[in-house]
Amino acid sequence: MMQQPNKLVPFFENLNFERDDNTMVVNFGPQHPSAHGQLRLMLELEGEKVIKAYPDIGYLHRGIEKMAENMTYNEFLPTTDRLDYIASTANNYAYALAVEKLLGIEAPRRAQAIRTMLLELNRIISHLFFIATHALDVGAMSVFLYAFREREFAMDLMEDYCGARLTHSSVRIGGVPLDLPEGWLAQMMAFLEKMEYELEHTYEALLTENRIWKMRLEDVGVIDAEDALSWGCTGPILRGAGVQYDVRKEEPYELYGELDFDVPVSDRNDAYGRYMLHVEEMRQSARIIRQVMPIYRKSEPQLMAHAPQYISAPKEEIMTQNYALMQHFVLVTQGMRPPKGEVYVPTESPKGELGFYIKSEGEPYAYRLKCRAPSFYHTGILQKVLVGTYLADVVTMISSSNIVFGEVDR
Amino acid sequence: MRKYTPKDNVQGKAYYTDRFWVAPSVPRSDVSEDAHFAALLEKIKESVAVKESYIQIGQMVVHIHPKDNIAVLRLVKEQCDYAMCTEISAVDYLAQDGEFEIFYQMLNLKKAKRIRIVTRIKEGQAIESAVPLFNSANFAEREMYDMFGIVANNHPFMKRILMPDDWEGHPLRKTYPLQGDEAASWYEVDKIFGKENREAIGPENRDPARIDRYDTKRFSRVGYEVPFGADISAGEQKTEIAYSDTLLANYNKSSKQLDERR
Repeated sequence: MMQQPNKLVPFFENLNFERDDNTMVVNFGPQHPSAHGQLRLMLELEGEKVIKAYPDIGYLHRGIEKMAENMTYNEFLPTTDRLDYIASTANNYAYALAVEKLLGIEAPRRAQAIRTMLLELNRIISHLFFIATHALDVGAMSVFLYAFREREFAMDLMEDYCGARLTHSSVRIGGVPLDLPEGWLAQMMAFLEKMEYELEHTYEALLTENRIWKMRLEDVGVIDAEDALSWGCTGPILRGAGVQYDVRKEEPYELYGELDFDVPVSDRNDAYGRYMLHVEEMRQSARIIRQVMPIYRKSEPQLMAHAPQYISAPKEEIMTQNYALMQHFVLVTQGMRPPKGEVYVPTESPKGELGFYIKSEGEPYAYRLKCRAPSFYHTGILQKVLVGTYLADVVTMISSSNIVFGEVDR
Repeated sequence: MRKYTPKDNVQGKAYYTDRFWVAPSVPRSDVSEDAHFAALLEKIKESVAVKESYIQIGQMVVHIHPKDNIAVLRLVKEQCDYAMCTEISAVDYLAQDGEFEIFYQMLNLKKAKRIRIVTRIKEGQAIESAVPLFNSANFAEREMYDMFGIVANNHPFMKRILMPDDWEGHPLRKTYPLQGDEAASWYEVDKIFGKENREAIGPENRDPARIDRYDTKRFSRVGYEVPFGADISAGEQKTEIAYSDTLLANYNKSSKQLDERR
């Protein structure tokens, strides 16, 4: 059939959707419930076999890197929420850490403890979301409902801390804005117990040995170590390919250096191995949070680093001391001016290596900010993995790569 | 006279500058301080010329000539275990030097070390693609082309990635305004309604904070309410604000009034 292009439905360039031979082009997305956002995949099919896959991205491009060049450093922090909106504290933290490295300051110990707990709580939220949507995409509806129930409890904890459920902005450059509310740690303990119980008795019981789940996931979306390294895959995909690399372990930041946790690794290379990895990582996150709690209790109450040139003094000092108020005024109206230089700081976000490259020219605006988003590269590898698989496995691979389009398109 | 604004960098500027302010620099240390980096630098120096090298915030930075980029990347990948190229992008220095700075962020997984290979090219000059060595360069170089207009030679699919294929301009250049340029404001109008309808539609408003004082369809002013869509270019009537007597308590008066309401 001839295409009938009009102004709203433009002609797809050089693309014949139906051909004389048995090949066909399927336009998957950008509006597709299992595309996890705005992914347009053009699949060339031979029967049901994919012979060419071409991911087309950019439908959620908001120019966040451009905005960073036009905002002061503190102004930009809430914008980072909109990168990986499933686990926004991980983005806030990666950005704040990069600026802190540039300034040469370190957050006080209590802030570090709070940040570590929030980061791991976000990892749990993100992984619960992964299991939920992965199961939903493959066809298991009930797991989605159960996992979202637990995710809701986790988001309640986030809400108790920072007031927001998705766009947290719960980290500041130089520390955290607030101390934990009363009874938060007890609630957290209760949540972890509930989560671990449900993990074992609900999700794992429903999925891990489930015949259909195994048939849909085993040997699907195979990414070996060589491919993963070459395509820049990080996080669960890299570990799912048998490379034991976790930025938290290898290049420790925050409290991770003194905590005892394992980096799970799978040599299965397929979607099933990556699912098992996510489950195990949630257990490790719970283990980390339990270890941080006593550290938090023992720490001094200071929440923000003391660096008057860059960081405002605590509210109490601003309200009582003239000089602190003056500095606060300058920092709010003009913004901090970090020293000249450049920095690239990697962190382990739930999706993989999230890094911020910041080039500062000593101005209150960043000269260049590049966000190294893990999902961007995980989308790139789709054009390699999908070739040779069947159309029914495409959705499994997309949800198994756990891409979030706020981060891919920025 | 209108105030002069530089056209080669239209990004946000500090509104207050102190002419005696000298920005400090992030400290750099010598490469010889780290044995691993020192050995690596020796190896690189054997094959290509190194312009500058130092350690900044735990990572070695090596400045090289643009023609040597593939040689250096191959060397660090094949002989020094830098198996992953985590990021490729550019920085716009067109206004200052007429050059782009391109960086390759490399990771050694065995030793958990990172280096940054930096090179500078003139505007319009192309760089050799790193795709034969690292497939991650496929998307990264496409994004670099999209955002800066830097072409990577021998790239398998050198097309725009985030912006539409027929977009004009490269958004991350310093000359490109935050709200988009002239072509950006007509892009969707042309796409949806056609060029011939430009006059009837008008350019797209790309400033989300813009408020039209005379637009009575989307905005209203408290105290100056007019019917929907009324023409107020000649001025509008002031509407006195009438507050309900029953609900509001005057706290300036005595507390008796409150008691009465109770």
